[in-house]
Amino acid sequence: MSDTPLLAIEDLHVKVAEKEILKGLTLSLNRGEVHVLLGQNGTGKSTLAYAIAGHPSYKVTQGRILLDGDDLLAMAADERARRGVFLAFQSPVAVPGVSVANFLRTAYQARFHGAAAKATDKTVGQAGGFSVIEFQKKLMAAMKGLKVDPALATRYLNDGFSGGEKKQMEILQMSLLRPTLAMLDETDSGLDLDKLHVVGEGAGRLAQEYNMGVLVITHYKRLLTYIKPTRAHLLLDGKIAVSMGPELVDELEEKGFDYLKATYVTKSA
Amino acid sequence: MSDIGAEPGAADGASVAAIGTEYKFGFHEPEKHTFRTKVGLSRHVVEEISEQKNEPPWMRDYRLRALDIFLKKPMPNWGGELANIDFEGITYYLRPTDQQYNTWDMVPEEIKRTYDKLGIPEDERKFLGGVGAQYDSEVVYHNLKSKWEALGVIFTSPEEAVLHHPDLVKEYFGTIIPAADNKFAALNGAVWSGGSFIYVPKGVKVDIPLQAYFRINAKNMGQFERTLIIVDEGAFVHYVEGCTAPVYSSDSLHSAVVEIIVKAGARCRYTTIQNWSTNVYNLVTKRAVAYRDATMEWVDGNLGSKLTMKYPAVFMMEPGARGEILSMAFAGKGQHQDAGAKVVHCAPHTSSVITSKSVCRNGGRTSYRGLCKVMPGAEDCKSRVVCDALLLDDKSRSDTYPYIEVETEKVTVEHEASVSKISEEQLFYLMSRGLTEDEAAKMIVTGFIEPLIKQLPMEYAVEMNRLIELEMEGTVG
Repeated sequence: MSDTPLLAIEDLHVKVAEKEILKGLTLSLNRGEVHVLLGQNGTGKSTLAYAIAGHPSYKVTQGRILLDGDDLLAMAADERARRGVFLAFQSPVAVPGVSVANFLRTAYQARFHGAAAKATDKTVGQAGGFSVIEFQKKLMAAMKGLKVDPALATRYLNDGFSGGEKKQMEILQMSLLRPTLAMLDETDSGLDLDKLHVVGEGAGRLAQEYNMGVLVITHYKRLLTYIKPTRAHLLLDGKIAVSMGPELVDELEEKGFDYLKATYVTKSA
Repeated sequence: MSDIGAEPGAADGASVAAIGTEYKFGFHEPEKHTFRTKVGLSRHVVEEISEQKNEPPWMRDYRLRALDIFLKKPMPNWGGELANIDFEGITYYLRPTDQQYNTWDMVPEEIKRTYDKLGIPEDERKFLGGVGAQYDSEVVYHNLKSKWEALGVIFTSPEEAVLHHPDLVKEYFGTIIPAADNKFAALNGAVWSGGSFIYVPKGVKVDIPLQAYFRINAKNMGQFERTLIIVDEGAFVHYVEGCTAPVYSSDSLHSAVVEIIVKAGARCRYTTIQNWSTNVYNLVTKRAVAYRDATMEWVDGNLGSKLTMKYPAVFMMEPGARGEILSMAFAGKGQHQDAGAKVVHCAPHTSSVITSKSVCRNGGRTSYRGLCKVMPGAEDCKSRVVCDALLLDDKSRSDTYPYIEVETEKVTVEHEASVSKISEEQLFYLMSRGLTEDEAAKMIVTGFIEPLIKQLPMEYAVEMNRLIELEMEGTVG
């Protein structure tokens, strides 16, 4: 056991297309914790998730991101993923011609069985040879657990998927790739209540089962009934303005952003 | 209307009329050759080829007339850059006795390495390398052959067909693509060697694909194959030629002619995967005619070569005929794939679909060049053309040259074209799941050409995907 947090972000500045979005953000997250990022559109919530995942258009101009004490910024997006960073996209892109099953198998192999995976992380990959049949069983079980229509496996990745199917697909990937750090970017948006239940319940269960550290970006409380936050942060103009317990979520839901700003931000300023 | 000789858009009704007419047999007394040339093209070379094959005078005369046409025809001035072809530097025919001088050592290292990566067995490699070794599949061929023969199916070389099925050859040879069609069809007419001859009798459905691979192996693949396929009424055949491994050729010109006749109610599918070494000019004329309610399908994959100009064509001659063409091209450094398709609606109630997919990278160039023509009076025709190009970097180039000529009212012609650069968002999405940039790019490309791959017989699909992966190695990053 060490005191190194799973994720440590220090004074992070991020530019997108020459515009500074994050302006000195600091955050620390341990395994087993669920942090929720609150804030109005444009305050930098998704930017933070993309910067952690390693999108090349999100340029870090200052600050550090450490995963288990290692410099995440020195790694390309794929290496970060193999180290256990996972982003459930708000609007996942379609990849026509690539079947879901083929994609999931390739991603699973990359994370746990590829030469690259072994080189990056000694703790995974020692399972030895990859078995297609074993994987197939895992996939079927994971799909069943998340109530994903098995027919989706043979369809092209996100191609013509409904909003709900896309979100289910993201959580299915989370289930198979078992990240140490899971980021859920508005995973609840565009879902009807039934799908929200399935997706939220599934994500919450996985997070607990694998003792993940979770960053949740949401505008609504509903998702958080399934994934119980341990900490809540309010983002304001590219920085964390307030960090406190999950009661912040209730206050936001009841009283709105302006109240939070007036109550906490001006007070502490 | 011609395939190589005239730009697809050029009005050329004469050869549409020529389809279905017999070529006139010439009467030329053979000149006795006094010497044999190995390199370059001459009357003597053509006569020597004919003599080597023990051909009857009618075929020898056909060759000589084709030679005259070749010499008179100008070079095409469209498509790709053809000025560097040195017709005098090419060996037009290797007698079987010459082939033993072809040794494995002469095959370039680069190609041997690719065979290694593809995991192709030693014997097969030598064959592909043009070394002409005997190969096990000979046995497979003979077993299948007896099965086909019981059905009345003829599947043999065009040389054998000339000797043993002269009536069929005389009736159809050169009727779909006359020697006068274009300069390279004329060249092929003069020096053709190898290829396939297929006749499927009325109502016979050949359930397993006929593969050139099994048959031609003992001989040299040839630079100037000639293929003639006749699918009689209500019959079906799927013919597969080529292979995914790069074919090494010491000569730099490959110019084949493929003629197909699909009679009423019949269906023919012709699948080609070609991967020539990058010194080769690959200039091929392929054309089919489809009669009442007949279906012709071309599946055409082009990799390798320096320049490919190939536009498989379907002429729909009678009502109910249908043409379908799937074309795929992959161009790397120094390569130009000028590929496409032609559909000509000569009768009412005919339909066609063209799907073209091209990928270029590392300075490669792909062009889609296609023609959709609806002749006067051909009412109620439907044609749909979809061509998509994928560019993997800023150095590469893709163009679309669609020619649409409609001379009738009441037709539906759709054309969709897209050129896109590999998407950063797709790359990032796949990389965020642990795939390296190379793996992600490969996955996007294989997805892009998937509509074609899934049309291939299983073993080809597997090899094709493997080959695309090889071509893609080190593409990005």
